[in-house]
Amino acid sequence: MRMIGCVSPPSAGSLHILGLDAATHGPAIRSRLGVVPQQDSLDVELSLAENLTVYARYFGIPRQVARDRAAELLKFVQLADRADSKVEPLSGGMKRRLTIARALVNEPDLVLLDEPTTGLDPQARHLVWERLYRLKQRGVTLVLTTHYMDEAEQLCDRLVVMDAGRIVAEGSPSQLIARYSSREVVELRFGLDDLAGPAGAELVKALEPLADRIEALPDRLLLYTDDGDAATAAVAARSIEPTSVLVRRSTLEDVFLHLTGRTLVD
Amino acid sequence: MTAAIAAPGRGALHVFAYHLIGYRRTWWGTAFSSFLLPLIYLAGIGLGVGGYVDRGHQLGVDYLSFLAPGVLAATGLSIAIDESMYRVYSQFAWDRTYEGMLNTPLRIVDIVLGQLAFVVFRALVAVTVFLLVMAAFGTVHSGWAVGVLPTAMLLALACAAPTFAFTATQHTDSSFAVLTRFVVIPVQLFSGVFFPIAQLPAGVRVLAWLSPLWHGVEVCRSLTLGTPRWWPVLGHLGYLALWAAVGLVLAHRAFRRRLVV
Repeated sequence: MRMIGCVSPPSAGSLHILGLDAATHGPAIRSRLGVVPQQDSLDVELSLAENLTVYARYFGIPRQVARDRAAELLKFVQLADRADSKVEPLSGGMKRRLTIARALVNEPDLVLLDEPTTGLDPQARHLVWERLYRLKQRGVTLVLTTHYMDEAEQLCDRLVVMDAGRIVAEGSPSQLIARYSSREVVELRFGLDDLAGPAGAELVKALEPLADRIEALPDRLLLYTDDGDAATAAVAARSIEPTSVLVRRSTLEDVFLHLTGRTLVD
Repeated sequence: MTAAIAAPGRGALHVFAYHLIGYRRTWWGTAFSSFLLPLIYLAGIGLGVGGYVDRGHQLGVDYLSFLAPGVLAATGLSIAIDESMYRVYSQFAWDRTYEGMLNTPLRIVDIVLGQLAFVVFRALVAVTVFLLVMAAFGTVHSGWAVGVLPTAMLLALACAAPTFAFTATQHTDSSFAVLTRFVVIPVQLFSGVFFPIAQLPAGVRVLAWLSPLWHGVEVCRSLTLGTPRWWPVLGHLGYLALWAAVGLVLAHRAFRRRLVV
């Protein structure tokens, strides 16, 4: 992210952003980017409006234009009523929205967002998503990193899955689901201690013909199938009685876990 | 890198303006304390200790007139170093405002120069007030005294720039108290502020010669007493300029290491 933002030089190879060479045109590229860093870097001593106008000045934007844009952007992120209060007491979600407004102050062609909603409550996340979606509608290109698969599903036309610094899959959310998962997933729980052990193995064997793929986790079995209800009926027909059954649509999270594995990466 | 320092853009001005906005909220308090501090020094030490010292007639001038320009220079130094520790550190570690700046067309050199300009401005405000208080105490003996203002600005830059470099290498804030206690205070005590360094043993006198403060004190004192001799003054200013130049290069390099790579 720091390389695309032209803060750090490319560690290897060549990098072109907006048609310019990142190694030689850093300031020129940065003048057309908006950056929402993972951690907010607002001045907590200044007011919301001042944070925006000061930032606009760094781009060489004239004072009056900066003031107008600050007012307009605060309205856009629903913080207009707080324009003159300090940043310090704002909630995490408000600070995040202010950071997004700040990233837009130079009317960028490309906005980089590094985990834009990490740590926000659901209301704040949905508001951020809705505003980002509006930006997308206006034709602004968004590049975002996230660990939330629902966020990627909401906002991305095209996404790449990275594992240990390498691209392991690429496509639209629905393409990826079609390619790496099934349409639906049936989650079965049995009240057994460890389904990933020998007891589970028997069950897996018995259920194998009913699904495209079965994954045994310690607490449940996942049946990947195109028709969850049919699979559930077939399970009942074999007089296998799970303690709970959940049929759901396949999500990007299933794709992500399938591609990158379930082991914790620290 | 040196080329970048030689050609600062308008970016440095915007950074300077940013620091001024923050200062607007606190300037009254700092201006008041920079008025109170010289008052306490001149009244307390100058008149009190001065009463004793002047009985010996060793200095050639009254002690108050000897002391005041020294404390003025020391004030420039202490403001420069104060502003270069926590304020700089917090922008790396706590508020991360430098990171935000780097996501704009600003370059490292703009960030460093803009903020150093602010520190020098802070010192200028303080020593201007100090000079006025000095005049009220009748310790300004010459029109040359106006020259202490640019001298104190150069001294502030000579002290702030290397401190910027030091702060940029710190990953906790624990060393700043050490810097204040074991560098700033001894430097203030042994740089000819309170007594001529001829009083010091030869070995310690060398340390005074190395300290930028002694050079600043010598120039300021000769200006307010109205006795500047040009070659020594130029020599002292040249030494301060050297500290400033080396400090700038080090600060630029340290900021770069911390923020970019």
